[in-house]
Amino acid sequence: MSRAYLFRRTLIAIPSLLGISAIIFSILAAAPGDPFGQLVTNPNVPPAVIAQLRASLGLNQPIYLRYFHWLIAMLHGQWGFSFTSRMDVATLIMQRLPVTLAVLGSAEVIAVLIAVPVGILAAVKPYSLFDQIANTFAYVGFALPTFFTGILAILLFSVRLHWLPFVFQDHVSGTGWVWIWKEVKQSIMPIMVLALFQGAPLVRFVRSSMLDVIRLDYVTTARAKGIGKRRVLMRHVVRNGLIPVVTLVALQLPGVFGGAIVTEQIFRVPGMGSLLISALLENDTPVIMAITFVFAILVIVFNLIADLLYGWLDPRINLR
Amino acid sequence: MEETDLRRLINNVKRGRLSRRGFVKRMAAVGIAAPIANQLLSLSGVAMAATPFDYKPTKRGGGGTLKVLWWQAPTLLNPHFATGTKDQDGSRIFYQPLAGWDADGNLIPQLAAEIPSLENGGVAKDGTSVTWKLKKGVKWHDGQPFTADDVVFNWAYASNPATAAVTSGSYTYNKAIKVDDYTVRVEFNKPTPFWADPFVGTNGMLIPKHIFEPFIGAKAHSAPANLKPVGTGPFKFKSFRPSEYVSGVINTDYYEPNKPYFDAIEMKGGGDATSAARAVLETAEYDYAWNLQVEWTVLKQLEKAGKGVIELISSANVEHIQLNNTDPNKVVDGQRSSLKAPHPTLTDPAVRQALSLLIDKDSVQKYIYGPEAVATPNYVNAPPRYYSKNTHWEFNIAKANEILDKAGYKKGSDGIRAKNGNKLKYVFQTSINGPRQKNQEIVKQACAKAGIDIVIKAIPASVFFSSDVGNPDTYPKFYADLQMYTTGSNYPDPWQWMQSFVSTQASQKSNNWEGRNITRWQSPAYDKLYAEAGNEMDPVKRTAMLIKLNDMVVDNVVVIPELHRMNVSAQVKNLVTRLSGWEDDMWDVASWYRNA
Repeated sequence: MSRAYLFRRTLIAIPSLLGISAIIFSILAAAPGDPFGQLVTNPNVPPAVIAQLRASLGLNQPIYLRYFHWLIAMLHGQWGFSFTSRMDVATLIMQRLPVTLAVLGSAEVIAVLIAVPVGILAAVKPYSLFDQIANTFAYVGFALPTFFTGILAILLFSVRLHWLPFVFQDHVSGTGWVWIWKEVKQSIMPIMVLALFQGAPLVRFVRSSMLDVIRLDYVTTARAKGIGKRRVLMRHVVRNGLIPVVTLVALQLPGVFGGAIVTEQIFRVPGMGSLLISALLENDTPVIMAITFVFAILVIVFNLIADLLYGWLDPRINLR
Repeated sequence: MEETDLRRLINNVKRGRLSRRGFVKRMAAVGIAAPIANQLLSLSGVAMAATPFDYKPTKRGGGGTLKVLWWQAPTLLNPHFATGTKDQDGSRIFYQPLAGWDADGNLIPQLAAEIPSLENGGVAKDGTSVTWKLKKGVKWHDGQPFTADDVVFNWAYASNPATAAVTSGSYTYNKAIKVDDYTVRVEFNKPTPFWADPFVGTNGMLIPKHIFEPFIGAKAHSAPANLKPVGTGPFKFKSFRPSEYVSGVINTDYYEPNKPYFDAIEMKGGGDATSAARAVLETAEYDYAWNLQVEWTVLKQLEKAGKGVIELISSANVEHIQLNNTDPNKVVDGQRSSLKAPHPTLTDPAVRQALSLLIDKDSVQKYIYGPEAVATPNYVNAPPRYYSKNTHWEFNIAKANEILDKAGYKKGSDGIRAKNGNKLKYVFQTSINGPRQKNQEIVKQACAKAGIDIVIKAIPASVFFSSDVGNPDTYPKFYADLQMYTTGSNYPDPWQWMQSFVSTQASQKSNNWEGRNITRWQSPAYDKLYAEAGNEMDPVKRTAMLIKLNDMVVDNVVVIPELHRMNVSAQVKNLVTRLSGWEDDMWDVASWYRNA
């Protein structure tokens, strides 16, 4: 791993980001509708007013001009103003970020904490009862989309049992333990639904990656040398088997920022995903651009981090 | 009931020979509902006695937090920039107009001390002005007094073209003048029978001059108060997150005694309509859920949990099928559906008549919409005083066949009728929406039995309802033979809405398809009557004219009205709300309370 490599990757990222932003912008511009679509059906709003509103947002300019305006502002660190709420996009995103990180972050942490040990144990004794059960759960989590598990959870825990609320509130009243308890109660369902969804593929991945390593000759050698089973597993197998898992998790992390559109919608979690979907529905270009662009940056950055980590963890891999 | 009979009865009430109640009863007997009867009286100079709302709480506050669920959330809180009902509802918690409309279409004073009328001198006899007296002692949430200056400022703000207020339509052809600190006169450019538009209802919410004055015109959109309202309403602003959450706390200086009952209000947004209904009807996590566009069978199932009730409120919305008068398959001057190219078959009255007999409205209501909509022959359905009794509808395939036979449309080998080489084959478009596609299917099947071939087309709502000039699939372009959607008057007076059949309003390339006449029907008789109704100050005559306009549209089958739709919402059992189809759901949230 060299400094030159890092430099080169960063340089390559610039045209990629420009390309991504240009593509997203032109797709949005080509998509039908604008923030004032609803007004058109309203006979009480004169067309001149709608035209004036469009002009006030610069929507009457040609697409390439709008794109360059946006790009130049972005380079100056200005994310623009939301078309619909006229609020600074950065403020809008900062409002949503804490909840997003709390909910998706905990889901990711829980997914990793459960999936890694389960995957390892399943690989140690393949086709055992434990492996079968773990696999079943992994397939279920893999196969069932969040909109299904989410609604299932709501029907069971909210509607049937009345244990948990299903409307997530960002402004929970109360202090101290009461507050914490309320927060936990309302977060359990979205976090668990997401953790199942994120954790399931991870279990499969950890298991297969471990199985690849466990069969290798050096593991047999270690065993033959008489090193304890536990030690062989932890020091020789897990250490090497988890290298690709680290990469996978690193690649999943941008998603924590980007939010989970479907799950957030079901539980009304006011996160990044729900901001993105409402911006999409209202054709709020600056907000969509900001979220997708930041997401694109994060994906590129985390890809780079994953590559660097990979090289660091596994010296056989040579980055040039 | 004829106009002369109406007049006689109204005069009897005026002279005291007939009680109000007696009049209302008689009207009910001929199918004119109480609210309309009351409106007729008031318009004819008999003081309006709106049914008082039964408000039980005897002290202000103490009701805890009112939690309401909007599955779309407000994006900003300035009523002059509200792009949808969600924004209006969010604003209405904090802002109020001079007067609002109750469910029956009666004017209820909010910031006005009384409703202007002919006999209290508020409404000028020639209809060129209306004078409003304001409540005294009303304070903005920051303690400043509310005066006539604020009202006049709102007119200046909204009528300024640079402000680009969506309410500007209500403030363009008139002028607000301060008479004294608590009196404002609105002067109209021409006699205006429907004077209750500026400063009234949804478009009438008033913002404070002392806060918004620096932000008039082009700067209007950058006013910080667009996101932090300072109003006169029952709740003071607490916090706001666009597209997500609005909250307010009780305004202890509110001008109505014992109101509001609730100590705080929370409006949560996001999610979808079905789960919003669930959160009220099944789990009662929330007290009220707005605009539940959910299939009736699903709603009914949720209601069985016993925690809440479904509320149906009449509005002006009508689901209807439009018949294109122009040919969508011929290009003239670079546009399809040009006025210069009349439709080869849909301009034939026989075909139109046949089509109107082929819409099985009862089935659509029974199997798709349930009580959320009522089959109707009329385009204008509310307020009931404008509901025409002269029209009727029927579903009769045999009769449709007979009419087409007589008109010379012969079935070909493919079973499709044709005349002079013009086949009765129509593209029928609407937006993608479960109930609408089922509805299309019902129409298609019935038409097939009469030798009319319907080609179904479903367009994503975001395209269909957009004004995108570059897209051929928008409803204003109407590049199809038939199309279906819902529309309705925003006011309890349908005159402005009825411009959708005025010849000069035809939606064409020359006006960027912004004309309101989508069917491009051309009728000098309609145009003439429409213009006359716009100047008619006699409320009874005017009502008769508006009904006649509806009848012309229905009799000529310009459109086929299908269903009069209701506003659907859900509320928990002990909550008492006051809703109106002519207003935002939050219009009188000050009067909401919980039964013990």
